[in-house]
Amino acid sequence: MARRSLALVDYDAGNLTSVRKGFAAAGADLFTPASPDELAGAAAIVVPGVGHFAATGALGGPWRRAIAAALALGTPLLGICLGLQWLFDGSDEAPDAAGLGALPGRCTRLPPGLKVPHVGWNSIEVIRASRLLDGVESGAQVYFTHSYAAPVTQACVASTTHGATFASVVERDNVFGVQFHPEKSGEAGIRILCNFVSLT
Amino acid sequence: MDTFTRAGTMLSKRIIACLDVRDGAVVKGINFEGLQKAGDPAALAERYNREGIDELVILDVTATIEGRRALEATIRAVSSRLFIPLAVGGGIRTEADAAAAIDAGADKVSLNSAALADPVLLTRLASRYGSQAIVVAIDAKRNGARFDVFARSGSTPTGRDAVEWAREAELRGAGEILLTSIDRDGTRAGFDCDLTAAVSSAVSIPVIASGGAGTFEHFLEAFTTGLADAALAASVFHYSEHAVSELKAFLQARGIPVRL
Repeated sequence: MARRSLALVDYDAGNLTSVRKGFAAAGADLFTPASPDELAGAAAIVVPGVGHFAATGALGGPWRRAIAAALALGTPLLGICLGLQWLFDGSDEAPDAAGLGALPGRCTRLPPGLKVPHVGWNSIEVIRASRLLDGVESGAQVYFTHSYAAPVTQACVASTTHGATFASVVERDNVFGVQFHPEKSGEAGIRILCNFVSLT
Repeated sequence: MDTFTRAGTMLSKRIIACLDVRDGAVVKGINFEGLQKAGDPAALAERYNREGIDELVILDVTATIEGRRALEATIRAVSSRLFIPLAVGGGIRTEADAAAAIDAGADKVSLNSAALADPVLLTRLASRYGSQAIVVAIDAKRNGARFDVFARSGSTPTGRDAVEWAREAELRGAGEILLTSIDRDGTRAGFDCDLTAAVSSAVSIPVIASGGAGTFEHFLEAFTTGLADAALAASVFHYSEHAVSELKAFLQARGIPVRL
């Protein structure tokens, strides 16, 4: 049987050229499903995204049901940046837009005082061993660009501090997320993408 | 837990290399004139990546004046094996120009003259690609206690104040400010820290100091007195191997957080 592909969900929240190149470097075969039905055959699902949480409204309805169904069958799911925030119940950025709710908690705006958005290279402090961070050292620097962030909960396997300490990497069962952009985070980022791809 | 506890930051100050490109080759001018050839952009990008540069900017330096778009082939060549942020500027006048640069592999587009002429363009691009993809480049020249904004590669006065324009750009959707001192550009006399500090303290988005880098001390000043979030240089990195890693070690030894 041919190796199944990873589904990259394109819901019009930013440009995906760099994400595609990052996964190509990680040896993944990606496809962009045209409809939620196509997620059924995916080896794994990637939800990227930049910008405003309201953009995740496009993931409501059929997409949300298809992603939840795939999750229930054990399909690995990776949320990147806004995609990580969407894994939670919701975000103060768009209170009316519901998140996937795969992880409990709400995303909130980083506190004032330091510059927000949080843009640039910051370090991740590993809280516990995880499949996604296999071979990535605590203190590794990765590239962030965001204003809202997820709380440090049981699912948080690495945190980052910018005015507050937030969840930069989450992992629970087959739910994974990174607040930073692994496709723009040099060797550490590509390693994380490889780790995710190797789950399939 | 839904609220955050206040804390500091471990955010690194970024060191950005600028590839001033004309006709597919890297050049570096002094005060925007007398351009000299210095190398192949893809080869330089690879070298900088190995040395630990945090980000790259490709600037098509003569694009606006000669009405030429940033070369998509150059963007493709530079971005093909690069897993750090890449910004592209020069000749981006329309939404279609920005889309072409982004589709070719740019993570961010830098707008200068076009944003001054049509600030609403910033809002349109930010809603399409997100503010993180929109950089506003401001070329400013000292005029007494204030800083005047110039358009078209520093050739055309706009009558606008740099601090005021940076504030407006942020409100309209810009995600970063790339701030170049026309007085210092290419002189190696140091960044204009007064200019950088004035703009950086007036906006919440990151400010990239540009123009005048000559020594490691100049970068240190940009981050301390200049309050810059990132510092950009071209020639200081082009002609010397290991300059990036040595610069970062220098800054770290002086308490500036950097990515090593």
